[in-house]
Amino acid sequence: MTATPAKPASAVAPPAPAHDLAHAFKDALFSALLALGLFGVIMGLKTEQEPTGLILEQHWERVLWAVGIVFVGRLVLNLTIWRRPGGKLDDLMPKGLQKYGGSTGTAIGVILIAVALTLPFLPGAERYHVDLGTLVLTYVMLGWGLNIVVGLAGLLDLGYVAFYAVGAYSYALLASYFDLGFWACLPLAFILACFWGIILGFPVLRLRGDYLAIVTLAFGEIIRVVLLNWSEFTGGPNGIGQIPRPSFFGLEFSRGDDGFAAYFGLEFSSMHRIIFLYYVILVLAFVTHLVSVRLRKLPIGRAWEAMREDEIACRSLGLSIVRTKLTAFAIGAGFGGLAGAFFATRQGFISPESFTFIESALILAIVVLGGMGSQLGVAIAAVVMIGGFEYFREFEQYRMLVFGMMMVLIMVWRPRGLVSSRAPSVYLKERKKVGADMVSQGHG
Amino acid sequence: MDYFLQQLINGLTLGSIYGLIAIGYTMVYGIIGMINFAHGDVFMVSAFAALIAFLVLLAVGITAVPLALVLVLIFAMLISSLYGWTVERVAYRPLRGSFRLAPLISAIGMSIVLQNYIQIVQGARVKAIQPVFTGGITLHEGELFDVRISTIQILIIVTTIVLMTVFSLIVAKTSLGRAQRSCEQDQKMAALLGIDVDRTISLTFVMGAALAAVAGTMYLMYYGVIDFFIGFIAGVKAFTAAVLGGIGSLPGAMLGGLLIGLIEAFWAGYFSSEYKDVAVFAILAIVLIFLPTGLLGKPEVEKV
Repeated sequence: MTATPAKPASAVAPPAPAHDLAHAFKDALFSALLALGLFGVIMGLKTEQEPTGLILEQHWERVLWAVGIVFVGRLVLNLTIWRRPGGKLDDLMPKGLQKYGGSTGTAIGVILIAVALTLPFLPGAERYHVDLGTLVLTYVMLGWGLNIVVGLAGLLDLGYVAFYAVGAYSYALLASYFDLGFWACLPLAFILACFWGIILGFPVLRLRGDYLAIVTLAFGEIIRVVLLNWSEFTGGPNGIGQIPRPSFFGLEFSRGDDGFAAYFGLEFSSMHRIIFLYYVILVLAFVTHLVSVRLRKLPIGRAWEAMREDEIACRSLGLSIVRTKLTAFAIGAGFGGLAGAFFATRQGFISPESFTFIESALILAIVVLGGMGSQLGVAIAAVVMIGGFEYFREFEQYRMLVFGMMMVLIMVWRPRGLVSSRAPSVYLKERKKVGADMVSQGHG
Repeated sequence: MDYFLQQLINGLTLGSIYGLIAIGYTMVYGIIGMINFAHGDVFMVSAFAALIAFLVLLAVGITAVPLALVLVLIFAMLISSLYGWTVERVAYRPLRGSFRLAPLISAIGMSIVLQNYIQIVQGARVKAIQPVFTGGITLHEGELFDVRISTIQILIIVTTIVLMTVFSLIVAKTSLGRAQRSCEQDQKMAALLGIDVDRTISLTFVMGAALAAVAGTMYLMYYGVIDFFIGFIAGVKAFTAAVLGGIGSLPGAMLGGLLIGLIEAFWAGYFSSEYKDVAVFAILAIVLIFLPTGLLGKPEVEKV
């Protein structure tokens, strides 16, 4: 583990070049000492449970590595990036991407869509890739759903996973108690999740900013704990299994004569269902995207963005804060519910373990890292993060660590995410780009 | 009645621990208006520091309980302070003046980092130690069971009272406390009047972390079991305590901590222990909705 080196005060106004090296060296030495204090004992002595009790194992080499990395990293950073006047990591970002709606952005968007549409039929695409694509698209959809709440309406929701859970459990319970199919349950899951969005949204209407965040976190945990303990109804920690799979206009993906393969005269293959599921989530994600893009143009979408920028001004101008907040909560939650229902049918098994706070944090991180309010940014962030998680599967232990560090680093480096400037929805005569620093978001 | 008394004692002990953590939240919120989401994890790190120090002392052969406890406490506070300081420096200071949610998101990231860091370097398994303090005082001999207050419970409650008094005095009487209160009111003005705002904020984090270390050590001694995940739940509960008492107010944090501890103990004792967390989370929501300033907090003035 390496500490993300603290940015010194001198990063803003670099010292005179003559003292540069000495200063950088001194600073790096100080960081290394600090790292020694931080990591020395905690990393050097590992507590290990033995039959006789706890014992200490010595691992001083880890401390040495950590301190060394901090020292060298700090020295290098001081001598390179922080050395230039006004030097920021910002310069590493491709210029085209910084402007939302710029030509690079459009190009990337088109490429992403093209790849997404043809992924199962691309040469070399195997089951693994399609499964991964399905997973990524689920998160893209969740990200876009949360983007409505966080990015457009500026309400920080730390309990988004609750709605994901509501959707998943709605479908699983409806299917197991009433024998309803996936397609009948999908709208029901949407409505139920919307409903829960309103229930949870209503009491928190008066709360602002970080208070709202903590209460939504509490709600998310409440729902999880209830799901975990209400064993008679939800199956408790054992979850619900044997959730029915979706059918293709009434055709099951089974080996029998009335199955999908037999009807179209194809040879039976388990890939059919995988590919079908992939396209289902692709369509769902596109629906989410289209709805949020269209909503932005409607009065309610404009009200969301206005509320995000300044809640007090909104109220003074006669916007109903109650309606604005509740619709944002409800619609965002609804898409979470859809994704949840899809999750349930894809896994065939759900348990409260899939809906922990860390999942909320992951979805939030996708929205935040992508740039709140930017559809393309969220999609890229989902691809990078979920794909990255998958790519570094061997380093399972470390990936959450890296993920946490990325959240901190992105906030320090580009607080508004990778795609940070946005085109205004309403404009006079010409469309001016709004730079990230001009938008005072998140006071709501 | 006996059962009630026993739950009361348990609740007060638990509440003292929450109160100590809650002070960290309340002081930081008071001075820079952010929820230090990683505070619960600093508490967790300090519990691990205490555990390691305890094992080292055992290995060296220092077994005199009072001396060992003092050494463990000092060490845990030292390590915890370092973490508190570094977290502020790395994750929050660069974000001062950024938009309001940025520090919170950064804090969530920091919390994930600390949790996984401890999981990696110390392992994911639960760590259990033998009880250090045995014995206690039997207050009342009942028919079914005796009402007892154990030595560690007395120790926790007394330590908490002493520390609370000391910290209240620091904030009320010393120049550091004055600086803190002035930064709380108006940072720019405080800076103009020659107060080192950055230093004051750093020290606030250090103080909060040191108190969390006391809580961490007590937690370790009381429960005897820790793992890398204790910080999350304890953190949310302590934050609830801070909010219940009125965020920004030191006595409020203590009062809130005690109330939360009592509620949790009685809920677990009389209703169901599975839903005790739900009770606490529900209280958090209810308090914020109906009493946003908490019990002892000052009403927030909405500035346009």
